[in-house]
Amino acid sequence: MPPSDTHDNDRPQGVGGEDLIVFDQVVKRFGDLTVLDHLDFSVSPGERVTLIGPSGSGKTTILRLVMTLEKVTEGMIWIGGKPFSHMPRGSGFTPASESYLRSRRKSIGMVFQQFNLFPNMSVRKNIIEAPVNVLGTPKEEANAHAEELLDLVGLGDKIDAHPTQLSGGQQQRVAIARALAMRPEILLLDEVTSALDPELVAGVLDVLREVAETTDITMLCVTHEMSFARDVSHRVLMFDKGRIAEEGHPDQMFNDPRHERTQAFLKSVLENGN
Amino acid sequence: MEFLEQQLPRYADGAWITIQLTVGGAALAFVLAMAIGILGTTRFWWARAITTVFVETFRGIAALVVMFWFVFAFPDLTGFELDPRFAAILALGLNVGAYGAEVVRAAINAVPPSQVEATVALNYSWTQRMRLVVLPQAWAQMLPTFGNLVIELMKATAVVYLVGIVDLTSVAQQIRSATGQTFVAFGVAFVLYYLLAQVLILGMRALENRAGKKLGRAPTGGGGILSLLRPPSVGTKVGVAK
Repeated sequence: MPPSDTHDNDRPQGVGGEDLIVFDQVVKRFGDLTVLDHLDFSVSPGERVTLIGPSGSGKTTILRLVMTLEKVTEGMIWIGGKPFSHMPRGSGFTPASESYLRSRRKSIGMVFQQFNLFPNMSVRKNIIEAPVNVLGTPKEEANAHAEELLDLVGLGDKIDAHPTQLSGGQQQRVAIARALAMRPEILLLDEVTSALDPELVAGVLDVLREVAETTDITMLCVTHEMSFARDVSHRVLMFDKGRIAEEGHPDQMFNDPRHERTQAFLKSVLENGN
Repeated sequence: MEFLEQQLPRYADGAWITIQLTVGGAALAFVLAMAIGILGTTRFWWARAITTVFVETFRGIAALVVMFWFVFAFPDLTGFELDPRFAAILALGLNVGAYGAEVVRAAINAVPPSQVEATVALNYSWTQRMRLVVLPQAWAQMLPTFGNLVIELMKATAVVYLVGIVDLTSVAQQIRSATGQTFVAFGVAFVLYYLLAQVLILGMRALENRAGKKLGRAPTGGGGILSLLRPPSVGTKVGVAK
């Protein structure tokens, strides 16, 4: 059983059921640096959670742990009621093996700050290679899905383009389509507009708003776009020094932050024109 | 002219042997370089140990000594006689393969970690990651150095005359002692080696351009025949420096 979650009170109405993602006393250290310090939190199915906080507060590390790009130093992560960072062995747990992780992370997708499209593939191949090779989707079905997704992100005419022929905003929208092509249950968004020129940000955020409205994909989102966070998220977590300083509904968090760290952070973000 | 007319068929025979040794050696070197190089990038210590031992062994021993060993020592040990040409291809392939393995390893390690992270996020297996993402990108990095190695290998085939193979160098030697025309005898060999090298270079440049195109890079030196020249370095044109 996943450990009980201490933050249940803040969960929005109408989004409930078993916890999908549970962090249980998770510690992450890089050498002497403690990035996450005995972190407990959980996310319900279909919930959209935004992580905010100063850089170095551990937000991105949380996404990277869920994507299995990093390993926990201590503690455990549970997904879908089953151990994720670890696997059962005997009566206890042992760190997850590569093959265990492969079987478990199928349902998770991630969009990166720097897009990370594959430069050796066309837009089409970027999107269909994973469904075809990893999920075994027939090529025709994968192609049809790719076309559908490119229409969703407004790039239906770019299917045979090469990533280098696209603007940053277009590349990021392809990256979103690529992640959605795997039909993820959980979508991790790691500062997906931070590398974009200001005029390209809106297009990417519009696509994500649409995804949020039309699907029930659980989203974990690290962003500095506060109005986007307010629009799409059910819950906002404010991180400071590897711990949750404050959490709550976006209206409360942005209008009436209680913790002084949150107040100071939001003030600095707003002053910088975001 | 008369000299050329009489001797050219013999030069052609010698050059054909040189070509066979080059192609055979390069094929073996390529397979070894890819296999051993990839092993050197895995998380298994024993695989990386194989790479280290192979590279340090065959990079450290002269190809000539390896060839002598296959031709003279191997039959003593096993009772099997190796065709000297086969022995030469083995020796050259092992030697150049050791250098090539380092090239492959370095090129794989030069693929940005962010690309690998994207393959993890899409749940690619290790094999899928290598085949679909890492090797196609590393390939463009490997080619220029492979070009150097294949030309080195072609020239290194000249040592085979020491085990009695009648290659281009050996033909030149024989013609020199038969006719006493030292200058012309070696002069023709110069020219033929040079022409072989040019064919190899043009082939490699074409492969490089193709690999660059796959990665969405236009040939930097211009299109058509100009693309076979070395590209200008960044910053030689106003406005392209980044």
